[in-house]
Amino acid sequence: MPTSRLSRRLVLASGGALLATGASGLRVPARAQTLAPTPTMRGGANNYRPGAPIVERIGGGGFWMTGTVRRAGDGVPLPDQRIQIWAHTTEGHERDPQSHGATLTDANGEFRLEMPQIVPAFGQPHGHLAYDSGDFETVFLRPVMASAGDTTLQADFVLQPA
Amino acid sequence: MIRALLVWAALGLVLAVPLAVAATSPLLQWRSPVYIAAGLAGVVGLGLLLVQPLLAARRLPGLTPGMARGAHRVVGLALVTTIVLHVAGLWITSPPDVVDVLLFRSPTPFSVWGALAMWAAFAAAAVALFHRRLSLGPRIWRRLHAALAAGVAGGTVVHAMLIEGAMGTITKAILCALVLLATGWLLVGKSFR
Repeated sequence: MPTSRLSRRLVLASGGALLATGASGLRVPARAQTLAPTPTMRGGANNYRPGAPIVERIGGGGFWMTGTVRRAGDGVPLPDQRIQIWAHTTEGHERDPQSHGATLTDANGEFRLEMPQIVPAFGQPHGHLAYDSGDFETVFLRPVMASAGDTTLQADFVLQPA
Repeated sequence: MIRALLVWAALGLVLAVPLAVAATSPLLQWRSPVYIAAGLAGVVGLGLLLVQPLLAARRLPGLTPGMARGAHRVVGLALVTTIVLHVAGLWITSPPDVVDVLLFRSPTPFSVWGALAMWAAFAAAAVALFHRRLSLGPRIWRRLHAALAAGVAGGTVVHAMLIEGAMGTITKAILCALVLLATGWLLVGKSFR
């Protein structure tokens, strides 16, 4: 049937054109210009305590929470951004005040805060992070460790100006 | 007589060992008593899910059918109690996490299965308690009860297996497999007429 073959050719041609556009690299520079903001994760804000103090480290340390903070759109690293961190660790439950602390990003928009070892709680070994300083839209993250034996956990923020 | 003793000993063993492993988990040293109790209530509840189909099938030696039926009721009540203690203890430990689970918006997939199994268990208990008041015929309510019980067993096993917690991986897997086997054997084998 000529009509059927025509429509199939049309589908193949337009599909091929789409693939070629995607593969040609058009999307790569476009993506760099429009870095999407990090959405808040489900459950990220659980047991959040506003106003956790900036600390050298949380408790006795031994575990590192690391990450980056960048601006949505152009991806520029954001220095001096306050990131709040809490988790169920060897030294306390998520709700306990001593399980909470905050740190600032350095000139490269990177942060690292030493804290007690995160242990599995509520079924998963996970941490909580918050950006809530107001210059950008608030974001709560809840990254899960690949293994309970890990001694680091990374979480990256891409923030949308408020 | 010896066969009966062996059956009861085997049942006691497959229930006690996972509980003992969970009760001595290193994770417990970093948990409050309420959190520990909530977790162990869940382990006990999982164990009761193995006892229930064996009682319903009248396959445990030394029990008359009437005793088995009575025990099935008592264990069912105990199961509902362990579920309530499990959820209440977790709620006290971390209220927002439990609220997320009950509203089906939790980030953890296993919790959805736990919540579904909980509601199925409550419904199975309600059907058994109120079938006369609901004027459900014996065929209808038994089939309904069995279907809900299958949901409880399946949902609980997925819930338990996906959790990284105090239970030991191997003893948990064995207990879960036995729960599925006993439940499946009862439902398929008896083919509720």
